[in-house]
Amino acid sequence: MREVVAEAENPVMLYSIGKDSSVMLHLARKAFWPAPPPFPFLHVDTTWKFQDMYRFRARMAEEHGLNLLVHVNEEGLARGINPFDSGSVVHTDVMKTEGLKQALDKYGFDAAFGGARRDEERSRAKERIFSFRTAQHRWDPKNQRPELWRLYNARHRRGESIRVFPLSNWTELDVWLYIHREGIPIVPLYFAAERPVVERDGTLIMVDDERMRLEPGEEPMRRKVRFRTLGCYPLSGAVESEADTLPKIIQEMLLAKTSERQGRVIDYDEAASMEKKKVEGYF
Amino acid sequence: MAQTDLISEDILAYLDAHEHKSLLRFITCGSVDDGKSTLIGRLLYEAQMLFEDQLTALEADSRRVGTQGEELDFALLLDGLAAEREQGITIDVAYRFFSTDRRKYIVADTPGHEQYTRNMVTGASTADCAVILLDARKGVLTQTRRHSYLVHLLGIRHVAVACNKMDLVEFSEGRFREIEREYAEFAAQLGLEGFTLIPLSALRGDNVIERSEAMPWYDGPSLMGYLEAVEVDQERMQDAPFRLPVQWVNRPSSDFRGFAGTVAGGSVAPGDRVLVLPNRRETTVERVVGFETDLERAVAGQAVTLTLADEIDVSRGDVVVAADAPARVAEQFEATVVWMAEEPLLRGRTYLMRCGTKTVPATVAPIHYKLDVDTLERIAANQLDLNEIGVVQLETGSPLAFDPYVENRDTGGFILIDRITNHTVGAGLLRSGARRDESVPWQELEIDREARAALLGQRPFVVWFTGLPGAGKSSVANALEKRLHALGRHTVLIDGDNLRHGLSKDLSFSDADRAENNRRAGEVAKLMTDAGLIVLAAFVSPFRADRETARSLFPEGEFVEVHVDLPAELAAQRDRKGLYARAESGAIGDLTGAGGAYEPPEAPDVHLDMATFDVAAAAEEVFRVLQERGLVE
Ligand SMILES: Nc1nc2c(ncn2[C@@H]2O[C@H](COP(=O)(O)OP(=O)(O)O)[C@@H](O)[C@H]2O)c(=O)[nH]1
Repeated sequence: MREVVAEAENPVMLYSIGKDSSVMLHLARKAFWPAPPPFPFLHVDTTWKFQDMYRFRARMAEEHGLNLLVHVNEEGLARGINPFDSGSVVHTDVMKTEGLKQALDKYGFDAAFGGARRDEERSRAKERIFSFRTAQHRWDPKNQRPELWRLYNARHRRGESIRVFPLSNWTELDVWLYIHREGIPIVPLYFAAERPVVERDGTLIMVDDERMRLEPGEEPMRRKVRFRTLGCYPLSGAVESEADTLPKIIQEMLLAKTSERQGRVIDYDEAASMEKKKVEGYF
Repeated sequence: MAQTDLISEDILAYLDAHEHKSLLRFITCGSVDDGKSTLIGRLLYEAQMLFEDQLTALEADSRRVGTQGEELDFALLLDGLAAEREQGITIDVAYRFFSTDRRKYIVADTPGHEQYTRNMVTGASTADCAVILLDARKGVLTQTRRHSYLVHLLGIRHVAVACNKMDLVEFSEGRFREIEREYAEFAAQLGLEGFTLIPLSALRGDNVIERSEAMPWYDGPSLMGYLEAVEVDQERMQDAPFRLPVQWVNRPSSDFRGFAGTVAGGSVAPGDRVLVLPNRRETTVERVVGFETDLERAVAGQAVTLTLADEIDVSRGDVVVAADAPARVAEQFEATVVWMAEEPLLRGRTYLMRCGTKTVPATVAPIHYKLDVDTLERIAANQLDLNEIGVVQLETGSPLAFDPYVENRDTGGFILIDRITNHTVGAGLLRSGARRDESVPWQELEIDREARAALLGQRPFVVWFTGLPGAGKSSVANALEKRLHALGRHTVLIDGDNLRHGLSKDLSFSDADRAENNRRAGEVAKLMTDAGLIVLAAFVSPFRADRETARSLFPEGEFVEVHVDLPAELAAQRDRKGLYARAESGAIGDLTGAGGAYEPPEAPDVHLDMATFDVAAAAEEVFRVLQERGLVE
């Protein structure tokens, strides 16, 4: 993070409100202490996040005096894009991927921190920590730079930008353990609690606000559930769980042995590989 | 207690244990089909790092496309990379993660052979340890040597040679010992010390996690046993001299000025005397600032912020070092460079050199030589192509603080950046340096005979002409030198006459002094070949023993003895320098051939019968032999 701040003209930290973002925020506060993190935080808001997430975002911005930028793809909204009618792929693409590009262009950010890790998926194993994008935000797989020792080459031309993944070498367990050890606050949705859900195609979806469209015959039921990853609530599957403390969550995660991404509805939707998504600018 | 039991019974104890595990980073190297994927897949599997869905997928894939019948094909766990390669995505290194009761691991896996050098160097740059695979049936191959050389070059101190597929050689101890001997010999040549050979079968799991019952004769550790015990570099670096490359200057307000960076060596505490390089300002560490509190001490690997007692000018790129063990400062460097770009590294080009946190322009002065990584041979070069390794001289526009790479990877490793494209085009390891403005000699430089010769683009050797005075030694030597010179060879001609006018002025023609003269001639020739030159030495050198002494100074094959053979009578007849006449008149006593003894060579490399050859033909004959021996093209 210090390296990017030293080399980039206008860095930003992407803030998705999830646990990885919580860890990133914590690390940023550490890296620059006693100065506050010398960059803004950007939330690309699809408007479909859980209400708990919005509350948490407001609390963090206030507690840490963050310069928080919220960007919504207004064009997408105007076109009526939503997770129900548009499907998860189009919704994510327009509201998240397009929205991110718009925001980066609007503010002229040349470096953006993200929380992705190499252990998340087999194909991520080879990702660089500094990932270069063209002025059109395209990831050119053939033009990525070797990363030796602790030397990162962040030089880039005007218009080009870098995505930087400081947590690349962390595992999911490392993230949880760090949250536990450092007492980092996370959105309550990660902890098991009684919540109203419906079961849809074998996935438990939370009825988080009045916008949730129920299919004929669907009746919200109260179940003790928690979320392993957080996104747009109609696209995030909950798991039934009794884990209401961090150690219990970690225990459950270690014993359950189902990889994290399975909870993301987005992954089931299309056989698009990560690479394709990335070439297109998905973070 | 197994990890899983501890997780279910005492999660807090497990978390505490996990938090305090050391992290070992290792690289795996092997040629295609040596079993690398199978081995890594098995390690991940055994360490229970696979999730159920991955396992289900693995079982399904094993049945569908696996090569192991009903068994799991662990190699499939890693095959993500193959598909991506087909899509033309460049993969230099893939990193994978697993942990055991004792340690956390990051495995750097470098796929395939294309771009091999570049990829291996990238993966090795952050590794504490290397696992080099070989196929027990094939033994130590060129690739094994190459992998070993590269991990050694990158300063990896611990190398496990996994002798895989032991099941295919009947778990034979004989075969293993044979490979062990062969490898030890090569390792000695390389100067590689910390290596361990482990016989295993990645496929069956023998000696991977548990010691194998199929090989009771082997009493070393299993591969996992080895990895669990091997030393982590970062721990070792805590004992090195203190280094902190300043990454960022932290100035939130006028009353705080901190220097942020990651400790690259040793440790630091308030009160320590430090120097800020390259300007050599001395001061004292005031505070070691952590997060929300100060630290009593910070060690290698920790990212901290220092405040200093004095108001001195410090900026990004400077290095804070222990005052009593400072890093060096130089503007000229000798470095080993691994070239990573399609466009070659050229002499005279200027690149950006990034070392520690400093970026400076650096110009490539001579390329001393490049290395054939398979044979370790040094080859003359004017450029380095993709995946080539060479030793070059770099000159920076401004002074740079550094340590030799062998002492500290973080302050001795660097990358070269293309100034136009901004791409990382090379990686380098600093060997030594010098300052332009001080008359510091290049004493530490490892410029040796091969390096100098490589720069001249030739192989040095000596042609030693022996024969009676007046036999035509100097004339033939002269003619040969012209011939070599015309071919662009760098030569020097030394003969008895000019040596005796200077260096051997003090010597007479007594047998003892002749021997001494001969010794000096040999030593001078040797110095000249050390300088990379081809030496033509024309000396009567009448005594066989003295000529043998001279021969012994040179490597096999690089001393060519030419007998310029002309009978004494004919020599006296031709007598161009009037020596024989003067001997006759008694002006010179003991002239060889005119009373002084001459012992003709018994088996000269070239015999020139000067009664029949003229000078040109004689020189041509010597040239032919040099060609035949491969000394000149
Ligand atoms: N018999 C035997 N075969 C092995 C062993 N290790 C790997 N193989 C086989 O060798 C082939 C190449 O293995 P793979 O792991 O894909 O090699 P890689 O190219 O180095 O990754 C596969 O058919 C493996 O099943 C071993 O220890 N014994």
